[in-house]
This record gives sequence, C-alpha cells and structure tokens, in this order.
Amino acid sequence: MRNTLVSRGVQQIAAQAILLAYTALAIYPVIIILINAFKNRRAIFRDPFALPTPETFTLVGFETLTTSGNFPLYFFNSFVVVIVSVVCIMLFASMMAFAFSEYKFPGSTLLSLYMSAGIMIPIRLGTVSIIVLMRTLGIIDTLLALILVYVASGMPLAVFVLTSFMRSVPQDLKDAARVDGASEYRIFLLVLPLVRPALGTVAVFNIIPIWNDLWFPLVLTSSDRVKTITYGAQAFMGQFANDYNAILASLTLSMVPVIVLYILFSRQLVRGLTSGAVK
Amino acid sequence: MATLTAFTTKLKHSVRRPFPWHIVVFLAPGFLVYTVFMIYPIFGSLITSLYAPNPQNVQQLDFVGLRNYETLLTAPQWTDRLIGAVRNNFVFFTIHMLVQNPVGLLLASLISSQFVRLRTVYRTLIFTPTVLSFVLVGFVWQIMLSPLWGIARGLLQSVGLGDLYQPVLGQESTALIAVSLISVWQYVGIPMMLFTAALISIPDEVIEAARVDGANFWTVFWRIKFPLILPTVGIVGVLTFVGNFNAFDLVYTMQSAMGNPNFSTDLLGTLFYRTYFGFQLQAGNPTMGATIAGVMFLIILTGVLIYLFGYQRRITRVEM
Repeated sequence: MRNTLVSRGVQQIAAQAILLAYTALAIYPVIIILINAFKNRRAIFRDPFALPTPETFTLVGFETLTTSGNFPLYFFNSFVVVIVSVVCIMLFASMMAFAFSEYKFPGSTLLSLYMSAGIMIPIRLGTVSIIVLMRTLGIIDTLLALILVYVASGMPLAVFVLTSFMRSVPQDLKDAARVDGASEYRIFLLVLPLVRPALGTVAVFNIIPIWNDLWFPLVLTSSDRVKTITYGAQAFMGQFANDYNAILASLTLSMVPVIVLYILFSRQLVRGLTSGAVK
Repeated sequence: MATLTAFTTKLKHSVRRPFPWHIVVFLAPGFLVYTVFMIYPIFGSLITSLYAPNPQNVQQLDFVGLRNYETLLTAPQWTDRLIGAVRNNFVFFTIHMLVQNPVGLLLASLISSQFVRLRTVYRTLIFTPTVLSFVLVGFVWQIMLSPLWGIARGLLQSVGLGDLYQPVLGQESTALIAVSLISVWQYVGIPMMLFTAALISIPDEVIEAARVDGANFWTVFWRIKFPLILPTVGIVGVLTFVGNFNAFDLVYTMQSAMGNPNFSTDLLGTLFYRTYFGFQLQAGNPTMGATIAGVMFLIILTGVLIYLFGYQRRITRVEM
C-alpha cells in the first residue's frame, strides 16, 4: 500500500511536469504576442521577453490599425457570416434530425447516408464548381456566397450529432402532444429546447472554423467591403510585413474574440468533443 | 408556412393516409443547401476535370476524357510539381501521425487520470492553439522563428545552444518539417480531446481489477486501455489523413502559395490554388485545377475507404 502511494506521488510529479511543460509550449507564443503588442519598437527587439513597462508602453500599433485597416468593417462581416451561417445550420440540421429520428419513410437510411458522406469529404474539393456556381447566381464576392458554402458544409456533422440526440427524447412526450392535437411542427418546436446541449455543441463546432476560415474568403471574395477579419488580417499583415507594432496589434485584435468565445464556451466544446464518453 | 400547416392538418383528418408533407418540409432546406452547394460542386469539379479549353476558342470547353490526368502524370512540368506535392503531403501526414497523435495520446492519458490535479486547466490551455486561425498561427511562428526578431535564437542562447539556431523556415531541408511541427502544435488538442473522451469512458472497475492483480501503469495502459480505445485511434487517424491532404492555409500564410523555399513546402492544396488561379507568369487553369482537386479527392477517398472497410470493420468485430 505504501509502495503504491509513493509511486502515485512520483507519477503525480512526473505528470505535472509533462503537462506544465506542454502547457507552456502551447500558450507561450500567444503570451509573447500579447506582451509585445503594447511595447515600442525598440523594446520589442531589444528585450522581447520582458513585460511592457511605463517607458516602453505604447499603443502605436493599434493606432496604425485604425488609420490604415478597415478592421471594424472586417469584424462586422465576420460576425454576420458566422451568426447567419450558424443559425441556419442549427435550424436546418435540427429539422432534418427531427425527421430522421421521428418518422419512418422510404429511403430514410439512404438519405441519412447521403448526408453523412459530407462528414469525411472536404467541401474544398468542390471549389472550382463553387466559383462557377456563385458567378452564375451572381453572388460571387458577397457574404451570401460564404454563408451558403458554410451552411452546406456544416450540415453533415450537425445532422449526425443532432439525430442521435433527438432519438433520446422520450416518445411519450411527443405522443402526448399529438393526442392533444399538436401539429408536427409544434412537436418539433417542443423537442428543440430539449436538445439544447447538442445545439450548443453544433454552434461551437461551427463558429470557430467559420470565423477562422481563410480559403473561401480568399477564393470567393475580392473586394474590401466583404472581407472577413481572418482574410483582412492576412492581407494587412502581408502589407505591413515590417511594421512589427502593427502586426502584433492586428494579431492581438483578431485573437481576442476567438479566445473570449473559447473561454465562454469551452465547456460546451469539451462536452461536444467528448460526447461519446457520456455514460 | 401557415397555409402549409393548415393544409397538412386538413389532410390528416381526411380518410386516406395523407401524403406526409411535413416530412418534406423538415428535410427540404437542409437537403437543398447541402446538395446544391456541397455535393453538386464536388461532382461538378470532378466532371470539369474531364474537360479542357478548346485551342481555337478558349471560352469553350471540350470533353477530353482522362487526358488532363494523363498530362498531369506524364508532362514533366506538371509531374514534377505533382510528385513533389504528393511527397510533401505524405511527409506532412507522417509527421502528424508520429508526433501529433502520440503526444495527444500521452497528454490525454495524463489528463484522464483521476490522480492528476488541475486537469481541466491544462486541458483548456493546451487546446487554445486549436481555436486560433491559421493566419494567426502562421504569423506568430513566422515572427518567432525569424532571424530578424530573434525570439528563437534568444531562447536557444539562454540554454547555451545559441549556435544551433537556424532560419528553419527559409531552408529547403528544414522548412517542411518546421511547418509540419507548427501544424502539430496547433492541432494536438483535437487528438488529445478525442483520446481523453475514450479513456474516461473505460469503466474504473476494469482498471482497478488489473491494479489489484499487480499490473503497473504501463501494463494497464498498453494491455487494457489501449486496446479499448482502438476505435478512437482509427477515427483520429482518418481525421488526420483527411485534414492533412486537404491542408492549405498554414503553408499559404507562412510560405506563400508557392510553397517556399523552392516548392519544398508545396502541398496538394497550394498546388491546386496556384494551378486554378495562376501565379506569377503562369495563367490560371480551371480545368487543370479541377484535375488536381480530382487527385486530392481520389487520395482522400482511398484513405476513408481503407478506414471504413479495412479498419473500422475489423475493430467492431474484435469488440463484439
């Protein structure tokens, strides 16, 4: 018994050491960016590891952003794209999931397989036709084009996750509502709040990749008025490659919303990623 | 919508079993968006890869069968780039399989142990890079490793290894490994989470029983836990494969669409981008671009099918 306690103590120390070292590696670059974003150019280069002091503190990088970038607009565009896409994904996917879990209809297995196919095949492989399609529809270089692509690519996983959750909603509940004369649409609205955790998971799973996506903004948009923050920051950083203050400031700004969101929703995200483990 | 509801309600009261319109309503929006903007484009691109511009009239596309694929595999100016990109992509994938997934498993096995304190804090912090954009990650590492700023050199000097400093992103021999490891750094959180989920779902009694029988940490891990999480090992493997053969953003932000230096970090994704949109003096070529996307599709499909029929089936049978 004492032996196991000692070896558990050793294991604890070893485990803490490994985790601490890896955590440092994971967040070190983020911290370097944050502390240097608020330092003047000389301090950035002379002592990159130091915290900003009253003498070295400056906001000059952020000032450059306000004068030369269109950052508020890029933020707004990203918010619009993310919110509209995610709401559509949650609505359309839960409708489909409800149909799959609630009704028996011919071809339902085939249809659910068809929907699942998109989980493994990345939508980027269809880029050539997506560009032609968006041109034909006259919506190339608009936020709508991005939204449609993100909704389409978000559907398969969302339907998959929501269907398994919808199946766990007790049948009695729905049948009771039916006896009371509720329409199928009412029953759907009744079920929706019951799968809230799954909806949260679907939301987080989609918000972060959509916010961070560079590929589709790059291939589907070109004008400044529809740039998302990720694409805008990319263009800005390419242009100001030697202005470290401006680069660090733009890195900081585009990092903040994602990190805040991550901290707020990390429980949901973890629950989603580990949903298989719910016993 | 309201009239439709009224319509179905009315139908429900009629004598015959009415056509279930509500099912159609539930399925239609998702099905249509997915079909029009995902499935149709993927097949559309594959079909485009069977066409080529007419030499007399570039606006007109002629059906050429598999000739684009033949060009890709035989014309030196295409073959060199294709082979280079496929080889780099396999290196990229191998580094992820050898570093990202084992490190993810190690971290998960520590985080899932009940005896380790602050597990949630570690898990949250280690996952942070995964939520950052490629643009961010690319630039962060670019400036960290840059000889100009000297963060990397400063760190090496502080441990007395200053001489080892190299501009790793600028050298042909090291650029691909450096970019791969940065991608590993960014994504290690995903296998860590998936493995953690699998490990905590193993019933405690199983592990306790083994401990009582005198099994140590290693024996418990390799003889009991690992075989039980094999399905997750497969999922992590196939996710890594699909993600890696579809990768583009990190190389684009760090090494440009050219896969600098001298194409040493060129992946199928950047080759596709360059071919479709053109670069420098070469004009864009949509049909050859579609052909490269077709090659990517075949590689990814092969990987997924091997997983579905070669791995997953066998694992399920073992479990039963």
